[in-house]
Amino acid sequence: MNCGVIVFPGSNCDLDAYHLVRDVLKEEVTYIDYEERSLQGFDVIILPGGFTYGDYLRSGAIAARTPVMEAVNRFACSGGLVLGICNGFQVLTEAGLLPGALCRNDSLQFRCRQVYVRIENNSLPFTNKASTDQVLMMPVAHGDGSYYAPPEVLQDLEANGQVIFRYVDQRGEAVKAANPNGSCENIAGVSNRAGNVVGLMPHPERAGEAVLGSTDGLVIFESLRGYCKGREVLKSG
Amino acid sequence: MADADNLRPEKAPKIWRKLGLKDFEYEMIVEQLGREPNPVELNMYSVMWSEHCSYKHSRSSLKLFPTGGPRVVQGPGENAGVVDIGDGYGAVFKIESHNHPSAIEPYQGAATGVGGILRDIYTMGAQPIAFLNSLRFGPPNNARSRYLIEGVVAGIGGYGNCVGIPTVGGEVYFEPCYRGNPLVNAMCVGVMPLKRLVLGQACGEGNLVVLAGARTGRDGIHGVTFASEELSDQSEEDRPAVQVGDPFLGKILIDATLEAVEKQLVVGVQDLGGAGLTCALTETASRAGTGLEIDLKMVPLREEGLEPFEILTSESQERMLFIVEPEKLEDLEKIFQHWQLPLSVLGQVSAGKMVTVRHHGEVVAEVPAESVAGGAPAYEPESREPEYIGKLSAFDLSALKPAGDPGQYLLSLLSSPDIASKEWAWQQYDYMVRTSTLEGPGGDAAVLRLRETGKALAVTVDGNSRYTYLDPYLGGMLAVAEATRNLSCCGAEPVGITDCLNFGNPEKPEMFWQFRQAVEGMAEACRVLEAPVVGGNVSFYNEVEDEAIYPTPVVGAVGLLENAKNYCKTGFVRNGDLIYLLGPCEVSFGGSQFLKELYGKVAGRPAGIDLEMEKAVQALLRRLIADGLIVSAHDLAEGGLAVALAESCLAGGRGAAVTLASGLDSVLELFGEGPTRVLISLPPEASDRVLDLARKKRVRMSELGRVDGGDSLTVKCGNALAFKLGLDELKKAYEEVFSWIRT
Repeated sequence: MNCGVIVFPGSNCDLDAYHLVRDVLKEEVTYIDYEERSLQGFDVIILPGGFTYGDYLRSGAIAARTPVMEAVNRFACSGGLVLGICNGFQVLTEAGLLPGALCRNDSLQFRCRQVYVRIENNSLPFTNKASTDQVLMMPVAHGDGSYYAPPEVLQDLEANGQVIFRYVDQRGEAVKAANPNGSCENIAGVSNRAGNVVGLMPHPERAGEAVLGSTDGLVIFESLRGYCKGREVLKSG
Repeated sequence: MADADNLRPEKAPKIWRKLGLKDFEYEMIVEQLGREPNPVELNMYSVMWSEHCSYKHSRSSLKLFPTGGPRVVQGPGENAGVVDIGDGYGAVFKIESHNHPSAIEPYQGAATGVGGILRDIYTMGAQPIAFLNSLRFGPPNNARSRYLIEGVVAGIGGYGNCVGIPTVGGEVYFEPCYRGNPLVNAMCVGVMPLKRLVLGQACGEGNLVVLAGARTGRDGIHGVTFASEELSDQSEEDRPAVQVGDPFLGKILIDATLEAVEKQLVVGVQDLGGAGLTCALTETASRAGTGLEIDLKMVPLREEGLEPFEILTSESQERMLFIVEPEKLEDLEKIFQHWQLPLSVLGQVSAGKMVTVRHHGEVVAEVPAESVAGGAPAYEPESREPEYIGKLSAFDLSALKPAGDPGQYLLSLLSSPDIASKEWAWQQYDYMVRTSTLEGPGGDAAVLRLRETGKALAVTVDGNSRYTYLDPYLGGMLAVAEATRNLSCCGAEPVGITDCLNFGNPEKPEMFWQFRQAVEGMAEACRVLEAPVVGGNVSFYNEVEDEAIYPTPVVGAVGLLENAKNYCKTGFVRNGDLIYLLGPCEVSFGGSQFLKELYGKVAGRPAGIDLEMEKAVQALLRRLIADGLIVSAHDLAEGGLAVALAESCLAGGRGAAVTLASGLDSVLELFGEGPTRVLISLPPEASDRVLDLARKKRVRMSELGRVDGGDSLTVKCGNALAFKLGLDELKKAYEEVFSWIRT
C-alpha cells in the first residue's frame, strides 16, 4: 500500500498519519505538498487533521481551494481511495467531494476525548475487515465536528449506506450522550456515493498503538491495506 | 499609558517618567550614552529597562539559584534552557507569565502567552512537543471570574490546538487574592538534536539581519511597560497594549524556522516578544558583542505611517529575527516564499557595539547594545517581614478539634474547585496530537515518548501559594520538592526546572521580602535535590488597588525516563494489591485545603520539610518503578491522604479498604498535609523486597490496606469505621462542581 499524506499550511496531524503508516503498518508513505499537482502512483491519499489556514474562513474552506485538491479530485474521480480525518473531513466537504458540512460543536467548545463509534457499513475498502456493528474506541479533538446535511440528503445517505461511522456508547447504542458535538443522527463519518472517499471526525491514526490507549483505529488501515493488496493481485493476475 | 499619542516624547517634559523610568535611571542612561537620548532612543531604553525585560528588582536574587550541572547545556540568559537527555538530544524548556494581558483580555492574553513561550522554544532550534500551564483565578462563583476562566482556557486551547502541540498538563487554583489579577503561566517543552542548537546571537560582521513572519502593527506597543506596573481600574484602557495572536501564522512560522535551522541557513535566531524589535536587536548584538545597522523602512508594516518608535517597540506577534550569511539568503527566502511568509532584510551585523537604526536612510537611533540590553540598574530593594506572617503562623491549630463526619469532609474537599477534576479545562485542549502522549492531563505528571530514542520525558508544573503566603521560604522549598516528586512518582529523574515567580510590587519592602524568602527556599531545595534552574521568568506588580496576590512561585519540572515503557500511573489497577504510604507521617492543617474549605481560613504553619528525606524518598520511588516493583504511585498534596486515596481509586476505577492505626487523631491523619509523602500500591509478592529497599534508604513505609476491587473506598481507624463511600459518590463530588462550564 502506497500512501500519500497531504500537508496543507496548518495541517498538524500529518506526522501522526505518516508515523502510523510507516512505523506501525510498515507501509510506504510520502508527504505531499499542497502545491503538488499529480498524485500518480498512490493507492491511498490521506487528508490529515489540523487547522489548515487557521480554519479562519470556515474549517477547511481555504485548503479545499489549493492546487493539490484539483489532483485529489481527479484521483477520486478515477476511483482512488481518499481518507479525510478531522480537518481532512472538513476539507473534503468544502471541496464537494463529500456531502454535508461540519458545524461548530453544540458545546461551542473544542472537545478532546475518547469516543466510541459503530461501523455502519463494512462493505467499503475502508471498513471491510471490520465486523458488522463493530464498535471502535478512538479520540476526537475538534471544535467544528457537528455533521449537518439537509433532511433529504440525510435520507439519501442512510438509504445508500453512506453513513459509515456513528457515535455510540460503549455498548453500541447511538444515544445522545455519546455524541460529542451534536452532529445529525450521531453521524461521525460518511462516504461519497461511490464509496472510495471517506471522511470522519474521530482520529483512527491516534488509535493505532496500545501505549496510546487504543488500537481500534487500525482496522480502517488494515482494511485499506487488504483492499490494495487484493487489487494488486487482480492487476498482476 | 499605551496610547501612542501620549508616548510621543516631544509632548511632555520629563517624558521618561511617563515611560516608566525613574529620574535616577534617566541619569544612568545619559551617563552610559554620553549624551541625552533622543526620543526614539529613550523609548528603546524605557522598554528594555522595564522590570519585565531587565529584571532590575530580581536579578541579584536570581543569582542564588543553582544553574549548572552535568546535564546543563544552556542555563538562564538565552531564550530557553537546554538540558542533555542523552543520545545527542536535548530537552529545551521554559515557563513564562502572561498575567497582566490575561486580566484585561483573557482569550488573547492567554493565547499570546502560549504563542510567546512557544517561540522561545523553537527559536533555539527545538521541535516543541508539549505545553503546560499554571492558572490562578478568583473563586469561580461570580460572573467576572467565570468570564476570565472561560476566556483563558479557550485562549490556551485556541492557540495550542491550532499550532498542533499538545497541552498535556497543568494546574488551576482559586483564591480571592487572584480575583482582579489572575495568573496565566505557560510552559513549553521541546526536543532537539544538540548539534542543531542555535543561539540568539548576532555573530559575524557582514551577516544579514532578517525579519520574518507577521507584519508589524500598532498592537502591544509598550506592552512590557504595562506589565511592569500594578493593575488598576484604568487598566481596561490599556487593552491596546495586549497583542492579538495569529496561531496559523505561528504554526507555519515554526515549520519554516525549523526547516531553516535544519538546513543550517541561519547563524542566529531570536524571537520578537516583549519589547519587540528593540529587544531582539539589542539582545542579539549584546550577546555576540557586535553591532547592527538596520533601516526600519525594510520592516513590513500592517498599516502606513508607523513612527520609528512604534516600529521599534511594537509587540506584534509571530515575528522572528534571523542572522544569516549573505550567500544563504536565497535558500532562506525560498522556504519562506513556500509558506507565503513575509521576509525582509533589515540590515547587517557591523563592527563595534552600536545598534544604529535608520528610517529611510536617516539615523533615528544610535545606542550601545550592551547598555540598552544589559545596562539597567540592579536594585537591592528594601526588605521587611510583613506583619501578617507572625499573626497567621500563631494561629492555634490544636484548638480546631474537627468532630464532623470524615466522609462528608472528604466529599466537600473533592468538590472544592481547587481539588475537583480539571477535565472541564483539559477537554478543551488537544493533549494527544503528535501521538506521543503516553500519560496526559490528570495525573501527577504527563509522560511523552521520544520516538527518536525510546526514552520518555515526564513534565509537570506545581506551586502551592497558600504555603508560600504563610511561609515564603518553606513554600519555595515545597514547590520545588513537589514538582520533582511528581516526576519521581512517574519514575522519571528530574533533569532541570524552570520557574515563574509571580509576586506583588517589589518596591514595597513586604513584597520584596516574600520574593527573596521564596527564592532562597527554592534555591536551597534545588541544590539538595540536584535540580538546576535553567531558565524562567519573574512577574512583579501583581496587585490591584493595593491588594497583592499571594506570593506564587510556580515550578515547571522536566524529568527523564530511560525506558518509555516503564513509567508509573496514579490509579489503583489490580485487585489484591497492597497499599502503602511512603514517607514521613508529620502533617499539619496549616495552610491546608481542609482549613480553607471547612473553616474558611488560610492560617497556621504548614508542615516543614526534610530535604534529605525528600531526596531519599524520590530516589527510592524511581528505583521501585525502574525495577517494576510497584504498580501505582500518587503524590499526597492538597487534601492529604484521604484525597489521594480517593483519586487513586477513581483513576483506576477500583475500590480500596484502608485501616489507619488507632490512637492517632484520625481527621488530622486523613486530611492533614505534609510533604514527601506518596501513596503506592504493589503486588503482595513484591512487598518484602520493597520494604527491604525502603529500610535501606531509611524511608518510612506504613501499610494501609488493599485494593479490593469493590465499588467503594472504606477507611477504618483502628476498629472504628471512619467512612465508606461509593466510587460513584466520590466521582460525583469530584466532577460536578464545574458543570456550569460545560453548558
